[in-house]
Parts: sequence; structure tokens; C-alpha cells
Amino acid sequence: MSNDLSELLKELQIQNPDELFKDIPESIRTSLLGLPRGMDEDEVRRLAGEYAGMNKTVNQQHSFLGFGLYNHYVPAAISNIINRNEFLTSYTPYQAEISQGIMQALFEYQSMIGELLDMDAVNSSMYDVSTSLGEAARMAKSITGKDVFIVPKHMSRNKRAVLDNYAKGADIKIKEVEFDERGMIDLTSLEKMVDDNTSGVYAEYPNMFGIIDTNVPKIKGIIGDERIFVAGVNPISLGVLAPPGKFGADIAIGEGQVLGLGLNFGGPVVGVFGTKEEFIRKMPGKIMGMTKDHNGKMAFSMILQTREQHIRRERAVTNMTSNQALMAVAAAVYLSLLGDSGLRKIGEVNMGRTRELMDVVREFGPFLPYESSPVFNEFLIRLNESKTYVNRIAKKYNLNPGYVLGKEYGFTDRNQVNIITNVTERNTNDDFNAYREFLREVA
Amino acid sequence: MYHQATFDEPIVIDIKGRRTLKIPHENEGYKAQVPEEMRRETIGIGDREEFSVIRHFVKLSEMNFGADTGFYPLGSCTMKYNPKINDEIASLDGFRMIHPLQDSSEVQGALKLMYELSELLKKITGMDEITLQPLAGAGGEFTGLSIVRAYFECKKELDTRREVVVPDSAHGSNPASSHMAGFDVVQVPSTSDGTVDIEKFKEAVTERTAAFMITNPNTLGIFEDKIVEMADYAHSKGALLYYDGANLNGIMTKTTPAKMGFDIVHLNLHKTFSTPHGGGGPGAGPVGVVEKLKDFLPYPLVTFDGEKYSNDYIPPKTIGKVASFYGNFGVLVRAWTYIKMMGEEGLRDACENAVLNSNYMRKKIQEFMPVPGKTIKKHEFVASSVGSGMPKAGDIAKHLIDNGVHAPTIYFPLIVPEALMIEPTESATKEEMDLFIETVRQSLKVSHEMFEKEPVNLKVTRIDDVDASKNPKPTLRMVRKEQKEALQQII
Ligand SMILES: Cc1ncc(COP(=O)(O)O)c(C=O)c1O
Repeated sequence: MSNDLSELLKELQIQNPDELFKDIPESIRTSLLGLPRGMDEDEVRRLAGEYAGMNKTVNQQHSFLGFGLYNHYVPAAISNIINRNEFLTSYTPYQAEISQGIMQALFEYQSMIGELLDMDAVNSSMYDVSTSLGEAARMAKSITGKDVFIVPKHMSRNKRAVLDNYAKGADIKIKEVEFDERGMIDLTSLEKMVDDNTSGVYAEYPNMFGIIDTNVPKIKGIIGDERIFVAGVNPISLGVLAPPGKFGADIAIGEGQVLGLGLNFGGPVVGVFGTKEEFIRKMPGKIMGMTKDHNGKMAFSMILQTREQHIRRERAVTNMTSNQALMAVAAAVYLSLLGDSGLRKIGEVNMGRTRELMDVVREFGPFLPYESSPVFNEFLIRLNESKTYVNRIAKKYNLNPGYVLGKEYGFTDRNQVNIITNVTERNTNDDFNAYREFLREVA
Repeated sequence: MYHQATFDEPIVIDIKGRRTLKIPHENEGYKAQVPEEMRRETIGIGDREEFSVIRHFVKLSEMNFGADTGFYPLGSCTMKYNPKINDEIASLDGFRMIHPLQDSSEVQGALKLMYELSELLKKITGMDEITLQPLAGAGGEFTGLSIVRAYFECKKELDTRREVVVPDSAHGSNPASSHMAGFDVVQVPSTSDGTVDIEKFKEAVTERTAAFMITNPNTLGIFEDKIVEMADYAHSKGALLYYDGANLNGIMTKTTPAKMGFDIVHLNLHKTFSTPHGGGGPGAGPVGVVEKLKDFLPYPLVTFDGEKYSNDYIPPKTIGKVASFYGNFGVLVRAWTYIKMMGEEGLRDACENAVLNSNYMRKKIQEFMPVPGKTIKKHEFVASSVGSGMPKAGDIAKHLIDNGVHAPTIYFPLIVPEALMIEPTESATKEEMDLFIETVRQSLKVSHEMFEKEPVNLKVTRIDDVDASKNPKPTLRMVRKEQKEALQQII
């Protein structure tokens, strides 16, 4: 608190700061809200330590839980950089000259994501992948003037629920395309669905089942130039998987959490969003651009602000104001540390380790419904046991085998459990052994 | 005298070296085995040592200005001090290393914290239920307005209630969010005292109105004292009242949105509740509602049965979801820490000091520059550099940053010409405020030619933003593409 209160009061010729609240009518003044008394640092540190201690972390168990948020290793260098006070406590760089540091860092994020996606235009962050998808559907409508957006029937319900909200407000109708027997987009159905009202199609690789959908490269050819192809990718897979730009994607989105952000109970994360150069003026979000200052020196500017709410108001491309900038900086640090060789390596380890665990599953029975489809770092395992039983055995081995798909995904058979198991570079051989023991008992 | 650190740092992609960061299992011979058509060939971001990465980003950070660097009176953004204990607590393993899809029995501590934060925010706003899911203020607005839509859809009035009414002083995200939720926007003018024109308001609010959306104190820092009359009138027309909580710091503990008659509230935890702004985010935009709107909140909500916490409650008429998981949890932890440490006394002090500082600055600035609207301001005020010999707001801003003082928000709200929106917050000493005032006063004497040359003490001087947008280069690959094209033209 400022210690020169009395001088300020004197200057304003008042006795008490409360006099500055006279303009609030008496009838709506509050006396006491009933909040608890304030704590000191030591007290709050202890209390928080107690709460934190009530949680069982992924490090305290054998965890194969992924499904949209992944337990990748977070290098120590990242928290060091994003806790730099000059980054941490600054805000949106509306005063460019005094904020070149964060603007360059965000430009670097955009540039590296641009390489990963093979896309020319990238924004400096969306809230998360779900809102990226919602914005992509709006953008597809705004580019084409059409209002039917096609998505895969099998995708995370969380993502879908957010998309539905965005679609409702923008009068967009969502239609679902089926998967084929290999767990990939059914191209014959897609071809039949696409018509004059279609604004665009969304497809993922890896998809909800972890499958590297080899039908994705054919989508743009089917829907043509007049419709928007939105590709959903896992950014950490792009060291080994071809980029969406190669398959003609008009927009590419993904969850940037995998790029060194950690779990944090689901947030903060960062929505990745890129597009082709020709659509940059329709892209939502803040964008840093490279330019020069009046002396010809390299500089960065927040470009295309006329798309945004503070200028365009209700006609803005999005309402977004604050974003997830610091998380984009974290992702930039992560990508810088890994580089080309590290990205390739981490992709190889994730894929190789996942195949290794699938081989373990094969030892015990035919539990892999999409056995022959290639996967990145997640796979579907189907056990012919009740969920309660499976949970009990998993607990016995201090194991979380993954995310159990329930009736919201169409799995209603009570004598069957469908689990999405995720393997990352953090899973140890001990984790694998626990999984094996678990299978030995349930299989 | 302020001199910003200046380095000519290359783009990190161009810093070449050898990767030193090791990846688990990296030497165990794992292979990718990708189907041919989907195999990656080159990537294009290069390799480098960890020490090069650190040196690079440390230098970039030194060319940046945060609220920990100096006074940062950016209006509407509440750049108060962010206590360091907040960050320490958010980085505890028990909070950092938990997955949102774990069974609720394994994350009781996280759910307890979220539940407590909701209860605290309910007390502060007077609302009956809270969702912590929205990821920023604008995300909260979209959530709230989606609730408005669902409510009228349920009442079968959505066909006729197509409009959201906002004051002309409203933040741009208000009309933008209204539009995104499917509403038309109707703007009401303000009077010369800086508050909503009540007659025009009554003309604008009709049976077509779904909601009236306003922040109070408004964006001029003025308390809308006819708020109760406006609330009653809007309610009498069947409309809902939406409170944009960006400016809560100016009234916290003195009144509540509920007392003023609001039905829906969003808060900006990154403003009022001291979570760091992170160069633009992450923030958090919890939304509170009154009883009759509870059933429309996004799912899931944290509940407590007296013994254990659950996070699987789905409100019966839920609008669905507005984020992948439960919100920016790391930000929620920081806000919880702040409120726990402040208590009611601390929050009252924060509000009073913010308002005291703001009025002190207003009084001093007023000596040489018009400050439109009623005299008494809340946590911020807007000066207007119009009149003979007055420099442009943009020039004053550059003069300030050149002197190591962050500029106020400029050219907002739109209804004030050459607006300088100044919000000192409670985290400012008299010396800092005096320096700001002095620097603004000096700027009145700076000639046009001198302004052209400023800033000189920063990494770069003025930037041609218009050209940067005419010729957008958002990635290094676009820069290189253009250089190549230029080269070919020469040849
Ligand atoms: C008055 C007002 N309303 C809403 C917002 C939007 O909040 P956010 O940036 O958290 O999305 C802001 C801030 O940017 C604001 O100042």
C-alpha cells in the first residue's frame, strides 16, 4: 500500500478515502461482505501446501492418461524464462517500442509454428484448441458465406461442446461424418455430404483414437478450393508427421499444451492457429509482424488491428482481447530447445514407445480394435470386463491406464471397457511393467 | 534517466548450434514408422544449445517493460503488483502435475481450492453461482451472453429479443461478444457528465432487448449512479443485466454487482485479483449469475456434499462448454492466494487506495488538461489532450515510454477525443505518480519535430504500423519469401 496516504488526502481535502465513494447511492452500499481475515505468506503457503498434498500427482502413479492433455517432459529452462518479471508482468504490447522483447518472442513463436504447420500466417495464440476450432468454424463461414461445417463423428466431446457454442451464436450448422472400419474419416460418406451449403470440413491426425488418419491428405481434393479444410494436429507429432500445409489445409489448429506447458489441471494451455497467407485478414487473434522502425532497424508491430474489437467493435473477427501470450512464449522456448533434431527424436520416442506398449497388449489378447491403423502416441484398448473391475485392478497396481470412453462416445456395453491409453517419453519401464501386470490380471 | 537495454538479437531460428537438451529414452533406438504419404521430411527451426536459448530469451526479456519494471498506469487493465507468493503456490507439484481427467477422488485439493474461490467470488459479487471456466474477460462475456441466449430460448422469447444494449463508452469486446453470441448491438450515448443518457437509455431498452451490458465504474472511471433506475427499467422490460467486471477494483467491498441489480457478472482475475498479465495472457474470466440463471451455466461445476468435492455436476439447461477443461487453473490458484492473503480488509484497502491514487492524479492532471465528466472518479480517469497547443495522445504516450514510465491506454474510450485513460492502481507511490504527471506536463512543451524523433531511449524508435499491416509479415518464412521475390526482381 502507498505510505503517503495523508499527503494524498490533504491534496484532495478529505479526511478519509471513503469520501470518494459518496457517488455510490447509500441504498446499494455494502457494509461487510463476510470474507475471512487476511493471512500472511507463511499461513497461506502452509494451507496451499495442504491442498496440494491432497492431490495425487501423475508422478505418484503409473499414468497413461492423455486424451487432449499430455504428460510430456517440461524442461527447466521454460519456467525460468516465463517467470522473467519483464515478460510475466507486462501486458498486450500496445506500446510497441517499449515491448519489443515480448513481440519478438511472439513473432518467433509464430515463425516456428509456421514451419511446423507449413503455414505462412500464424497468430500469437488462442485460448485453447477448442476455442481455436470454434473460431475456425466461424472463419470458414466468413470466407465462404456458407453455413454447414462438417466435423468427425468421433472427436473429443469437450472440443465439440465448445464448437457447438460458437456455432450457435454464428448460425452455423454442424454435421458429422462417420469413420470407416480402420478408424479413419470415411471418404465416401464425406463426398456425399459435401454440397453447396458446406463451408468447410474439420479432420484430425492423429485423431481421437490416436490414429494417423491416412485419408486426411485426400480431403482437400474432395472438397475443392471453394471450401475450407481445417486440419487438427498435435504439434508435438509434427517432427515425424507431414505438416497440414502439405495436404492443402486452409486453416490448421492444435493444442499447444504439448509444447512444454505441463498439465496444470488443464490450464493455462494455448490454442495454435495458422492459415494461408490469403486468409490472414480473416484470421482471429493478435498477430505480431516484422517491420522496420524509422531508422530502418528491425522492429515488430502488432499488425492488422483493424480486424479487432477495439476498432471494429461488433464487426470484429473475434471478441478476443487477452489471449495466452505467455504460454506462446513457453512454446517458443520449448521449440528452440528441441530444435529440428529434438522434435524428430521426441516423435520417434513417442511413436516407438507406444508401439512397444501395444506389443505388450498383443501378448494378452485381441484387445486392439484398430490393430492395423498407425498411431502416434495413443491407442484404443477394449477389455471385456466391467468398468468397476478394471478400475479396481488398475488401482491395485497404482495405474491409470488411460481415459475411459463412456456413453457420450456411444460406448454403452457394461461388460466392456474402452480405454484410450497414452504413452509419452515420460513413461518409464516401471510404468510399462505395471501396465503388463494389470493386463495379466484383467485379461 | 531511463535507458532500455538494447541488443540486436537475431530471430531464434537463425541461432544455430547443437542441441544439448536430452530427451528421455533418446538413445534407445526408437523409430517412427509413419506411412509414406504422411512422413515428415524437413522441419526448419534448426538446433541450438540450451545456453544459447537462455541468453537469447533473457536478452529479449530485458527489452520489455512489465509492472515489475516500473509504473504501468494502463487504463482498464489494472496493472497492480502481482505478489510473488502467487506464482510460487501455482508451481507446487500438487497443482502443476495433475491431469484434469483424473478421478475426482485424486484431485480433492484442486477441487477444494476451486470451490473456495467460487465461494469467495460469490461473496464479492453477490452472485448465487459461479463458473470458473472462461479463459479471459471476453471469454466470460461470450459465456454470459450465451447464457442470455439460452435463457430466452428457454422462455421462447429469443425470436423477439434480438438486441443487446451497450453504452457508447463500452469496451470493444462487449459489442463483439454480443455479436458472437448472435445478438444485434444497440448503442446508447452518454451525457456530458460521462454517464449513460437515461432518456436515450429508455428509448433503447424495449421488448426487443435481451440484455443491457455495462461496466460500473464505467470506462471513464465514473460510477453510474443511476444504475438502480436503469436496472429496474431494464428488468421491467424483461431484459437481463450484464456486468462487465473489468473495473471491479474501483468498487470492490463498497458495493456489489448484485446490489446494483445485475443478473450476470464476469470478473477479470488478471486485473482485480492480481494474477500476472503475461504479455497479453493468460487471464481468467469467471462468470457469476443469479439464481434463475444457475441452470444455464457451463458444465461441469464443482460441488461439495459436506465430505467430498466432485466435478461432474451438469446444470440441467447448460449452454455446454466454453473451454476444453475447467479454466486457467494456474490463474485460479493465484487469485485464490491473493484473496486469502488480502481478506476483506485488504481488498477494501486495495480499492480505497486505487481510488485515492486515481483522484490524486486526476486533480493534478486537471490543472493543465481537461478531464471530462463528473469530478469524482473511481479507480481510473480519462484525460483528453485537446485544445490549443496540446500534443496528440499518441505523442504523449511515446514521450512517457521514452522516460521509463508506461503509457496510459490511449484512444479509448472512443467517445473522448485524444483520450488518455489513466489507472494508477493501488500499487503506486506518490513519487511515481508525480513523475508521470510531470512527464505529461513536460510533453506539452515538446515540439512536433522533437516528437517525431522520440523515442530515443528504447530498443527501437517509432514504427510504421500502417506499413507493417499493409505488408503483413507474421512469420520468418514470409519475410524470407518476400526477400527472395525482391531479389528476383533485381536480377
Ligand atoms: C472494460 C473491459 N471489458 C472487457 C475486457 C476484456 O477482458 P479480457 O482482456 O480479459 O478478455 C477489457 C480488457 O481488455 C476491458 O478493459
